[in-house]
Amino acid sequence: MSHKVIIPIGPYHPLQEEPEYFRLYVEGEKVVDIDIVIGYMHRGIEELSEHKHFDQVPFLVERICGICSTSHPLAYVNAMEDLAGIEVPERALYIRTIIAELERIHSHLLWLGLAGHFIGYNTVWMWAWKYREPVLDIFEMITGNRNHYAMMKVGGVRRDIIDDDIPELKKTLDELIPAVNMFKGAVMDDPVIQARLKGIGILNRQQAIDWCVVGPTARASGVNIDIRRDDPYAAYDKVSWNVIVEKEGDIFAKTKVRILELYECIGIIRQCLNKMPKGAFDADIKEIPPGEGIGRVEAPRGECFHYVKSDGTNRPIRHKIRAPSYVNVASNKVACVGGTISDAAITLAAVDPCYCCTERVAVLKKVDNKKILNGWDLIKLSQEKTAQLKEGLRDGKSG
Amino acid sequence: MILFNYLIFPGFLFSAIVGLLSGWVDRKVTARLQWRVGPPWYQNFVDILKLSGKEIILPERSKITFLFSPFLGLLSLVLAATMLGKAVIFPFQGSLGDLIVVIYLLTIPAIALILGASSSGNPLASIGVSREMKLLLAYELPFILSIIAVIVKNAGALQLGQILGYQMNFGSNIASISGVLAFLAALLCVQAKLGFVPFDAPEAEQEIMGGVLIEYSGLPLAVFKLSKAILLYVAALLLIVLFMGKDLSPLFISLKFIAILVLIILIKNTNPRLRIDQIMRFFWGPVTALAFIAVVLAMLGL
Repeated sequence: MSHKVIIPIGPYHPLQEEPEYFRLYVEGEKVVDIDIVIGYMHRGIEELSEHKHFDQVPFLVERICGICSTSHPLAYVNAMEDLAGIEVPERALYIRTIIAELERIHSHLLWLGLAGHFIGYNTVWMWAWKYREPVLDIFEMITGNRNHYAMMKVGGVRRDIIDDDIPELKKTLDELIPAVNMFKGAVMDDPVIQARLKGIGILNRQQAIDWCVVGPTARASGVNIDIRRDDPYAAYDKVSWNVIVEKEGDIFAKTKVRILELYECIGIIRQCLNKMPKGAFDADIKEIPPGEGIGRVEAPRGECFHYVKSDGTNRPIRHKIRAPSYVNVASNKVACVGGTISDAAITLAAVDPCYCCTERVAVLKKVDNKKILNGWDLIKLSQEKTAQLKEGLRDGKSG
Repeated sequence: MILFNYLIFPGFLFSAIVGLLSGWVDRKVTARLQWRVGPPWYQNFVDILKLSGKEIILPERSKITFLFSPFLGLLSLVLAATMLGKAVIFPFQGSLGDLIVVIYLLTIPAIALILGASSSGNPLASIGVSREMKLLLAYELPFILSIIAVIVKNAGALQLGQILGYQMNFGSNIASISGVLAFLAALLCVQAKLGFVPFDAPEAEQEIMGGVLIEYSGLPLAVFKLSKAILLYVAALLLIVLFMGKDLSPLFISLKFIAILVLIILIKNTNPRLRIDQIMRFFWGPVTALAFIAVVLAMLGL
């Protein structure tokens, strides 16, 4: 076949339940090129943030992503504390670490399930999500919410972890270990999964560096980076743990990194629960001085970056956010090309993409004489259509 | 009487009911394996009923092929179901070489799918079609080889009734080494014929959104779903006739049927989907070798 056929993945596709558009140029089953189109869900978070006061922003940025919903507030409060030079009570640092690591557990389990689903292994999907459930229950117990925890606050945390909850938390973690062991056995030793995941979607070390990928995607390609260790925030410098690095760069390595990280997460939470000092958990900040600060957080998907600028009033005058998927998704350009369509499906998912974190304003170039409709035009069209329908109904009734 | 056989028992109605119920067993067991509740027993029936009432959307070109192919597949399966069912009930009435006819009839649903999907002109369907063709090429060789092993074992019988008669006298084929190997090969081929995981590349929802079925809706889609359900019944029955034909009282035949069904469901739920090139390599390599060894062993009388 000489001419290229376009296989669309998106904007509506059962592969990923978010609007994104990958144009796969294929020859037979082989993917020869790929176009990545994002920008379907731009919500103007940065602009919104500049209209909220400093204490409201964590709730807003929490809603950037439903899965890494504590990474964004954490990065924001880190930026604020960098800006104002705030000393955060030690107990709050530990609580932040616990929440962040619990989130990593549930995010990695979620990804594992989805990856199973994408290669047609629905049993793994259902099982992974079943074992994710107790983690969400724990969240509900200690924060009151399953997904948007609203725990982060400039200068501390909003809620304490009370002593009565700790035994239950520890029990859940203990019960999680056999489940993770099972996944390690079922996924990493299964010859069929290995046949499906090994040697495909390879992003080698140099490519990983060139495309600036972050998080597990980079660590699976042998790039030893982890914000938790390289630029410690919360209580990560007070506990001991390992950065999991694999050098193959294929999908199997990415899976392996995420599964092995689950053990590290559990270890970190256990240490935090034991080391957590008693005392205050909020510094009670009243004033934010003018200045600028940055906050970096190792979200489950990689480095999450926030920049905040203040002019001494009660709201940020600039808030810049860069979510990890923004760089990771772009790396599909090299990882997908050369594989088959089947490989592309799992390769696109292997960076654990989160499109709503990633969305930016898409600027459309006007081509030829095609008309570009904006949101208001569409609403107007829909209203006209409704009016027509109403008209038709009325005529139908009278006639 | 013949019309009764084709339309009611053991033909269309009976095989459809058993097929849809087997489909329900599949869904229920799968659900329980995945910590879900699963649908009630009549779910597949209402699914078919609901689908047949939905709007039928036709592609611009080749409307006739598009509409005709699901019925072609269904028809051939009903014929196969009737022939197999009659062979089980009246083992000594069958015609000479009806086994060969059944083998042919069982390839037609895949061809019908290829025909219908390629007439829709959808690029995703065309990928599905190319995968379905490769799949057909991949599993037919070991499937026929494993059936040849049975034929050789049963003194060259090409008639379903004769194969059953032979097994009634000398014990089920699966009780011998060649029988076990041929059964394993045939079971894997049946899995591929049914388009179940790990061999569901032509449909692959997450990659090509249902591939071959993408343009189908309403009644034709319902017919495809129904044919797949009947295929589940026919394929399992064929395995019983070929490999476990010793005791065919209603109780034993149901037990054997359920056993094969559970095997198929277990394979389906403990594997990820293979890539199409891996499927071809798998069938032309290990599975064909397995079936070939079975033929050789059957020739040696094992």
